[in-house]
Amino acid sequence: MRPGEVAAGKVHELAITEQMLNIALDEAKAAQVSKITKINLVIGELSGVVSDCVLFYFDFLKKDTAAEEATIDFEPVPAELRCRDCLAEFALPDSLWICPNCQSSSIEVISGRHCYVESIEVE
Amino acid sequence: MKIEVLKNISSANDTIATRNKQVLDKHKVFALNCMSSPGAGKTSLILQTIDRLRNELKLAVIEGDVASKIDADKIDKQGIPVVQINTGAACSLEAQMITPSLDKLPLENIDVLFIENVGNLICPAEFALGEHKKVVISSMPEGDDKPAKYPLMFTEADVVVINKIDLLPHIEFDVASFRKTVEGLNPDVKIFEVSCKTGDGIDAWCSWLSTEAKKAAS
Repeated sequence: MRPGEVAAGKVHELAITEQMLNIALDEAKAAQVSKITKINLVIGELSGVVSDCVLFYFDFLKKDTAAEEATIDFEPVPAELRCRDCLAEFALPDSLWICPNCQSSSIEVISGRHCYVESIEVE
Repeated sequence: MKIEVLKNISSANDTIATRNKQVLDKHKVFALNCMSSPGAGKTSLILQTIDRLRNELKLAVIEGDVASKIDADKIDKQGIPVVQINTGAACSLEAQMITPSLDKLPLENIDVLFIENVGNLICPAEFALGEHKKVVISSMPEGDDKPAKYPLMFTEADVVVINKIDLLPHIEFDVASFRKTVEGLNPDVKIFEVSCKTGDGIDAWCSWLSTEAKKAAS
């Protein structure tokens, strides 16, 4: 078999913005409303989503859709980590993921990976 | 009026990933999502594995790169089924890119599918593709601090392969510190130390892969 080719092309925030917009448009359609005024997103600190990038892509993706005049509200969720050894909970450290209480490097993420559409506001 | 939605943005990708996995499961194909920085040795590890396991398991590869067919050509030379995905500007493979590639592969005649992701330690961790296991390859010249700098990728991994161990006499790489950080983030992870150049450690990796693939097929 010769190597086949599948073409595709997107950066990560473009894919995320498209998916977010599709979710919002589907909800508006299901509710039989024609205009979305706001999309409320919840974005965790560890989600890997850069809000400025999302806004940049949203500006051209929303054209000619029910979300044409919509704005986006980002509700950031800070990361919360927990030490598996002493069970201390702490925020994202500036440098290494090390427990500030006992210096263990056995760390789990308990919050901050969220990335979801919380609600939409419609007219 | 406000409409509550509460839907994960990744849900579209996850739905397609689940569908991909169902297709793979139906044909008893065990799929690995191989992720690393550029140049860590994803293709080299796949080629070494082909060399060792080609008589034992039927292998195939999906190659993801921003551009070029260089890697797919290397696999094709081995007579192994391969599909190249060029992602253009995209920093990662996504589930919807895998679906048409599965159609191009003789799935009924494949035991293990390597999906070689775009070289990048950030974005590929965000997108499930339908794989059974996530393999992160980290090479010694990159430094032993990579798990501390890119914790999410190492948190997601089922397996971490440390490659280029033949360079250990020439560089500063603290294997114990690397292992400690990875196991701290991810206590269930399996770690292999290999050299794709000398072949050291490849047998242990292949033995794990072969066992897992047979377990999945039974």
